Amino acid sequence: MIRLPFVLLFSSLLFSAGVYGVLARRNAVMVLMAIELMLNAVNVNLVAFSSSLRDVGGQIFALFVIAVAAAEVGIGLAIVILLFRNRASINVDEVNLLRW
Amino acid sequence: MIRYAWVIALLPVVAAALTLAFGKRTPGGGSAFGIVALAAAFVMALSVLWHFVSGGGPYESSIDWFSIGTLHLEAGQFVDGLTAVMLVVVTAVSLAVHVYSLGYMHGDVRFTWFYVVLSLFTGAMLTVVIANNLLLLLVGWEIMGVCSYLLIGHWYEEHENSSAAIKAFITTRIGDVPFMFGIFALIFATGFTTTNIPEIGEAITRPDASSALVTAAALLLLGGAIGKSAQFPLHVWLPDAMAGPTPVSALIHAATMVAAGVYLVGRMFEVFVLADPFVLTIVSVIAAITALGAALLAFVQDDIKRVLAYSTLSQLAYMVAGLSLGPEGVTIAFFHLFTHAFFKALLFLGAGSVIHAVHSNDMSDMGGLKDPMPITFWTFLIGSAALSGVFPLAGFWSKDELLNGAWQYQTWLFVVLLLVAVMTAFYMTRCVLLTFFGTYRGAGHPHESPAVMTGPLVALAGASVLVGFLGAPQLGGVFGDWVYFEAPHEADFVLWMALLGTLAAATGIFLGWSLYRERRERDPLQAFSPGAWTVLQNRYYIDATYMRFIVLPVRDRLSAAVNWTNQRILDGAVNGAAWFTRAVSAFVNWFDRTFVDGFVNAVGGITGATGGLLRYLQTGNVQWYAVLLFVGVVVLAIVFVQMA
Repeated sequence: MIRLPFVLLFSSLLFSAGVYGVLARRNAVMVLMAIELMLNAVNVNLVAFSSSLRDVGGQIFALFVIAVAAAEVGIGLAIVILLFRNRASINVDEVNLLRW
Repeated sequence: MIRYAWVIALLPVVAAALTLAFGKRTPGGGSAFGIVALAAAFVMALSVLWHFVSGGGPYESSIDWFSIGTLHLEAGQFVDGLTAVMLVVVTAVSLAVHVYSLGYMHGDVRFTWFYVVLSLFTGAMLTVVIANNLLLLLVGWEIMGVCSYLLIGHWYEEHENSSAAIKAFITTRIGDVPFMFGIFALIFATGFTTTNIPEIGEAITRPDASSALVTAAALLLLGGAIGKSAQFPLHVWLPDAMAGPTPVSALIHAATMVAAGVYLVGRMFEVFVLADPFVLTIVSVIAAITALGAALLAFVQDDIKRVLAYSTLSQLAYMVAGLSLGPEGVTIAFFHLFTHAFFKALLFLGAGSVIHAVHSNDMSDMGGLKDPMPITFWTFLIGSAALSGVFPLAGFWSKDELLNGAWQYQTWLFVVLLLVAVMTAFYMTRCVLLTFFGTYRGAGHPHESPAVMTGPLVALAGASVLVGFLGAPQLGGVFGDWVYFEAPHEADFVLWMALLGTLAAATGIFLGWSLYRERRERDPLQAFSPGAWTVLQNRYYIDATYMRFIVLPVRDRLSAAVNWTNQRILDGAVNGAAWFTRAVSAFVNWFDRTFVDGFVNAVGGITGATGGLLRYLQTGNVQWYAVLLFVGVVVLAIVFVQMA
């Protein structure tokens, strides 16, 4: 078994990478991918604790998260496609119609 | 019946109200109300007098009016012999005048209104006579003054008529001011409890009553009498009052209103008796001056009404002289008032008949009227003889009493009265000769007046013949049993005095006849002394003096000063207050706009500025929002960890 702290570290590094991607990537699809990365990092965290605490609840919750992530990506990509159809670009910096 | 004596005063007032409301719609123009009311009042007055003839005593009754603190005011009647006699006089003469005016005022532009005011005046005079307290008396007194003003100025289209009315009103007003103060003094003497006349009489006879106060009250009341009864120096209004219609002159300025002053003194005689004796001396001096002065003025008048007006002044002075003789003088004075009312009213109405026929007041337009106007002539002659004191007409008896009284109490006054008796006979003879004898000098065709006018003349002539006997000593002198002060008056008959009086009258008549039986171009008196004639024509320059030293300064300078004060000082104060208010409101406006609005605007400005800065957070960039979210989460995490 890998010891718990290392798994948690790994999970947080993944999460941070995901946060960086959400905040800093210009490509909308890359943002979605970063979100996925964050979700998966959370999953790793949940499973790690489930294993360490010998509680199956963590794994069940992780299953829910996977399902939700899948649904969310579907909708997210649909939005990106519509965005591209309207603006011929998926650069999130250009989507600032609600600017002052 | 005597309980309802107050109805006598009420009837003419009601008639006046009815005439005012319905007069124009009634056939005859509303004169019927007044005539019926006065006829009823006259009959009632006779029955009240009968009460005293049959030995009855005084009667008083009243209703409460209101009270101010301790001062209790009432409305009531006090009927004694004096009241009864006055009631008869006023109602009789007023009735005669009301009937006479049917003819004289026929076709007048304000016929109905004339009757309204005439009846109202009669009601007011009756109120004065019957009142049991000074306040009610004053009310009647003042209403009489107003009615006199309205009636003198009846033909107000002529400016001189309205001027005469104003002169009358203001002059009597000047006398009314001391009168009111006299009333206040008397109220004060009763300790502020009442204005009731018998009670005032009691209050001032108490030993602790202040004699200075009583003397002051007597002098002040005298002021009112002087004004109303046209004695010197407030006599100036009566000659000019002849501008009114002749029935008015007969009623108001011969028989009734001018007698009110005499009545006042007689009614309040208690005050005069208890005052310092110099007050009665002043009264007799004023009476003497007025009697002599007015009689002289009657010598030079061309207007027939002016002759009679000055004669009235002179005869009123006789009455006032009678009062100045003391308690005995009360009966004497009122007996003369009684007889004088009848023959003076007769003379005025007769003059009116003449004026109506020749359409002129001036005797230079008259002459030779005894044949076309026999009834007027004979009644006028009777009245004139009564006035001159010819035996056995009414004036003889009352003048004889006066001469007797003056001889007993004030000999110098006796001389004056005797002299004036001669003068009276003289000017009346002059008047009769110039009007009825000689040849007619006018332009028209005079004829006798209608029966409504000659009827009252005949009635009054009958009265002038008969009423004197009521005071005749040989017939018991019953007048002295009705009207007296403190004790019934015994009339005496002194033969040499009666002869002297008759001689005086005869002298006057003889002188008048010899000077005027032939018409001359220039009046013989003017030829005799042109200087004196001029002075008399100008009425001793008294009117001119009043005008120059009193009327014009008040009218012009005083009113200009008051106007200046009003415009500059009073209006200035008001305008200043307005200016100040505007200045304050301008300041408030500035303050409001600068600070209050400024503050509100600043708040708005700050909010706007803050928003203007905050909007930069809204970049529209979702990733930027996510950054802010992340920062917030981190902060919260630190906070929670610190807390835990």
